[in-house]
Amino acid sequence: MRKLRAALTPYALIFPGSVWLAIFFVVPTVVMLSLSLQSGNVSDGFVFTWNWQSYIDGLTNYHDQIVRSLVYGLAATLIQILIGFPVAYWIAFKGGRNKSFYLFLVLLPFLVSFVLRTISWQFLLSDNGMLLGPLKNIGLLPEDFRILATPYAVIGGLAYNFLPFMILPMYVALERIDPRVLEAAQDLYAGKVQTFVRVVLPLSLPGVFAGVLMTFVPASSDYVNASVLGGTKTTMIGNVIQNQYLVTQDYPTAAALSFTLMALLLVGIFSYAKALGTEDVLEVAAR
Amino acid sequence: MTEIQAGVGAADTAAPGQVPAIELDEVVKEYVSHGEVVQAVKGVSMTIDEGEFFSLLGPSGCGKTTSMRMIAGFEEPTRGVVRLHGQDVTNVPPNKRDVNMVFQSYALFPHMSVWDNVAFGLKRKKVPDAEVRRRVGEMLEIVDLVGREKRRPREMSGGQQQRVALARALVNRPRALLLDEPLGALDLKLRQHMQIELKRIQREVGITFVYVTHDQSEALTMSDRIAVMNDGLVEQLAGPREIYERPATKFVAGFIGTSNLLSGVVSSVNGSCAVLALGPADRVVVPIKGSAAEGDTVELTVRPEKIIISTEKPDGDLSMVEGTVSEVVYLGTSNSYAVALAGGTEITVFQQNAHDSTTTAERGDTVWLSWQPQHSYALQ
Repeated sequence: MRKLRAALTPYALIFPGSVWLAIFFVVPTVVMLSLSLQSGNVSDGFVFTWNWQSYIDGLTNYHDQIVRSLVYGLAATLIQILIGFPVAYWIAFKGGRNKSFYLFLVLLPFLVSFVLRTISWQFLLSDNGMLLGPLKNIGLLPEDFRILATPYAVIGGLAYNFLPFMILPMYVALERIDPRVLEAAQDLYAGKVQTFVRVVLPLSLPGVFAGVLMTFVPASSDYVNASVLGGTKTTMIGNVIQNQYLVTQDYPTAAALSFTLMALLLVGIFSYAKALGTEDVLEVAAR
Repeated sequence: MTEIQAGVGAADTAAPGQVPAIELDEVVKEYVSHGEVVQAVKGVSMTIDEGEFFSLLGPSGCGKTTSMRMIAGFEEPTRGVVRLHGQDVTNVPPNKRDVNMVFQSYALFPHMSVWDNVAFGLKRKKVPDAEVRRRVGEMLEIVDLVGREKRRPREMSGGQQQRVALARALVNRPRALLLDEPLGALDLKLRQHMQIELKRIQREVGITFVYVTHDQSEALTMSDRIAVMNDGLVEQLAGPREIYERPATKFVAGFIGTSNLLSGVVSSVNGSCAVLALGPADRVVVPIKGSAAEGDTVELTVRPEKIIISTEKPDGDLSMVEGTVSEVVYLGTSNSYAVALAGGTEITVFQQNAHDSTTTAERGDTVWLSWQPQHSYALQ
């Protein structure tokens, strides 16, 4: 009896999670996959016809938006690494007793809704707003200078909104580095630069890897930043999909585009993991 | 086994002992903690000779690790001077000092193979590749890790990691090797094995070892000399035998081994010996350094294995006290007795089971404890 219970316990523990995933992830995914292969329209209803045309249409019509999304996502991710690493490094090594307070500050923006924060960026960056208005008044910037509706605004918004997801995993990796290991490097004749390049950087890679995953994926499929901060020339694939669902109501194309994006991101992630030597990276991360 | 010589400079030193390998001169280390100045090291001076196995022994918080970290360069002394081979290195950073350290938790680079760990220091010193290969190979041979070059630290046992840490430091041929409780994380069997290994390696490479430990038996077995530290000060600096047999202070007597402390009032002074008054039938004679006068209270220490336990009052010029056995413990190679004296003091006695393991006395028996006066020491 006890043996049986011991054997069943692990299954009992994963049961709620499995049910949750089955209902809210597997079922919608299968429904979407089937939807992407259907044909018809909203008024007459959709029928499953192995209609691959939606994929071809999606790729040909929205090729630009797909590429743009990946480029914006990548740019935002790079900016996040450049901003996030020093912050994570500083909190991990120089934060002292106030580490948790600094981490709280990093997470503070999450207390305000994502959309609301993006809208306040729109307010800040508007053509004659708090930032640009005074600069234009004193003649530092030309009258027709704008940030809103440019790629910079969208990429900036993406980088800002997902930054905590980059900082946190990098912080965790850096914080876990035994200070004695850094002393050992110093003891073995490594100066500050060598210690950083040979020890700190390689040991923080799992965190950077996790950070990239956690920011690149949501950033390249995001639609809020592009619709609030962007213009007609900065439309991302997320906007297209949203539009196809809610405005055009061409469900098969929307579903096909979603799957295309998912496939591209998966391929991207796996080749990235391969290039970095996942085995190693994940191994270190798992420790 | 391959022979490795100590750093290049070591050959230049004419005779060993002329220029001490390491000197601490009135070194003080203060920290500010919660707005208060805390002295971790309160003025320590010592000279460690070339090729010596030197231990810093003491309880946690006694300043031994801080002292070692000042030798390594991780801490800067608040006052005082640190010299390596006669050179003032007080403000020289660790990466510019010709000493290497074996850290308490090994501090191996987790992302590097055994080989890369060991080669790290040589590569930073820009030693040519061929020489790096040769020296790392030789070193791995000395620590018996040939064939494990490609392993990662976490794939190895504690004992193996320990040897990687040792190899990583020794391969640089430092002028001195600093070891911070290097065996602390190992189990007893492995620790005893590594103690012998460390001694062997030290003899082979002939490098000065400075060894920090809180384990007195480890310090006694391995060291040429020991500095017993307490509360930021050196209590006694001497060879293991001296430290064990003639503890200079009450702290050393209590910290090293088991010792019995007795105190009594001097009833008469006879040359260099004082006679103490304890119980009415007791007679305790103790050699004294310095001076003692009648009426002074003197504390003395006797090791448990120097005491003879008997049921009859012994003859001769022995020091002797009467007491009641309060506990008998069978320890295999010996019996341990706890004997309560009239004044309440409890004395521990070890009796070897050399002939048979029957006990001389049982709980509650009245016994006599006796020892040669020269085996007891008055404490200052």
